[in-house]
Amino acid sequence: MSMTKAGPILTVVLAIIALWYFACIPMNVQETLTNIERAGGVVTPETAKDRAEIGRWSLVLQNLDALGGSWSVERARLPSPHQVIKEIYVSTWDEEVNGRRGIVKSGSFSNRSLIYHAGVTMGATVVGFIIGAGFGILLAVGIVYSPTMDRSVMPWAIVSQTIPIVALAPMIIVVLYSVGIGGVIPKAVISAYLSFFPVVVGMVKGLRSPDHMQLDLLRTYNASPSQGFWKLRLPASMPFLFASLKIGIAASLVGAIVGELPVQRGGLGARMLSGSYYGQTDQIWAALFIAALLAAGMVAMIGWIESQTLRRMGMA
Amino acid sequence: MSVIEAKGLNLTFQTNDGPVQALRDVNLTIEKGDFVSFIGPSGCGKTTFLRCIAGLEHPTGGTLSVNGMTPDEARMARAYGYVFQAAGLYPWRTIGRNVALPLEIMGYSKAEQAERVKKTLDLVDLAGFEKKFPWQLSGGMQQRASIARALAFDADILLMDEPFGALDEIVRDKLNEEVLKLWARTEKTIGFVTHSIPEAVYLSTKIVVMSPRPGRITDVIESTLPKERPLDIRDSAEFIAIAHRVREGLRAGHVDD
Repeated sequence: MSMTKAGPILTVVLAIIALWYFACIPMNVQETLTNIERAGGVVTPETAKDRAEIGRWSLVLQNLDALGGSWSVERARLPSPHQVIKEIYVSTWDEEVNGRRGIVKSGSFSNRSLIYHAGVTMGATVVGFIIGAGFGILLAVGIVYSPTMDRSVMPWAIVSQTIPIVALAPMIIVVLYSVGIGGVIPKAVISAYLSFFPVVVGMVKGLRSPDHMQLDLLRTYNASPSQGFWKLRLPASMPFLFASLKIGIAASLVGAIVGELPVQRGGLGARMLSGSYYGQTDQIWAALFIAALLAAGMVAMIGWIESQTLRRMGMA
Repeated sequence: MSVIEAKGLNLTFQTNDGPVQALRDVNLTIEKGDFVSFIGPSGCGKTTFLRCIAGLEHPTGGTLSVNGMTPDEARMARAYGYVFQAAGLYPWRTIGRNVALPLEIMGYSKAEQAERVKKTLDLVDLAGFEKKFPWQLSGGMQQRASIARALAFDADILLMDEPFGALDEIVRDKLNEEVLKLWARTEKTIGFVTHSIPEAVYLSTKIVVMSPRPGRITDVIESTLPKERPLDIRDSAEFIAIAHRVREGLRAGHVDD
């Protein structure tokens, strides 16, 4: 990344971190003051009961000199950035290297580490993405070549995306489990469900991108429909396909995480939910950041394949 | 021997605003080795007529034969090469592979493809550019590559629809000269759509003047210019006289409105 690009990004990151630290003050003010009171200090108002009736901002203003603990509250409403980073460190490197169940001592990733859970989520994401993207490409070809499919499939594809996935996911899981399909498949199905749609839309647009002139040119050669597909439509669709694959894999990750919420058999989704059960907000945030990192990594991977492919085709 | 023969050709498009007569009673015979230009204002049906010859549009009346066949049969027999207004090269193919596109589609062997690509690129003066991608070439060179693509399978007829319309005057002059040389060397029958009077007069053995609403032929001018035509022939009295007649024909078409 060039310096001209890094500058603005760094500025935004710093601004977000500053805002985050600042937001910790009002968000955690109740807990901060309670901690001081328990330690024998004096705050206004003196009891937690009275403080509960006052707004956050007026508590902040009445106790301006007693807020130093805002960034180190345990089970904070909003854990501070360094708490989240510490949690990420503890549940990745520390757990794997020093933990009893870690890869160094046990030879396999600890089921308490985010690396293990990220792996679980990534597996479901990739399987679901391959199913979804493959299905999406096939549907797009059908839609472009068959007017009947164009009229019948596209509206359903659109409707499918209007159903909230959080409502649909548990049903998919329950149905699949009841017929004995468990493990990675139900999560992958949800991933595929979310990722096929951008691929269909992008691929249809890509396959239809050759203009009249290019199609006429093939007619002057008396080219067959399959020659038109392989020599013109498919190569012309590549930039569109990759753009939608990037959206698709990110959607796929969301699907896998949503699919992990009701099952609680590992994965970042399971980590987030257990964190919220036990008020371990730093655990939720840590899982969230790992998920974001995972998404960024996978999108970058598709981007790399894209640039390689397009360069080989002479289009980049 | 006549290569293209149109008799009483009519074409009416059905549009949302009602029927539009694009061609009315077009009669024309093109002999083997002719260089025929179609000239006229937009909407005069010159491109439509060329597309009818190519089997890309279908007349609603009259008869049209290409090499003694219907236009569709001629298209399936790959009787002509067609050059469009834009080069339309595939950006994912090198120049060589673009020229090879029709050859691949028509099932030529790899060896023959390579040989013909080399031969036709030489013909349009693009030898050495085989491995370049289209974006690495100027607009004029791209259009030359698209002419090579149309010539690659060596059809007897070359149909060109305003091939140099998007290029600047200087490049256009140079390409006009090259097209004439190409025509002399290959002895093809060429149909050429243009709306430039000097271009039409300079290139053609026969100039077909058309006028719009409905599209029809108002004059067919047999050129008296010699086959050998240096660029400065455009300053000769003969050239100016023919150009004048073309202009008169175009004006006559407009008076009818």
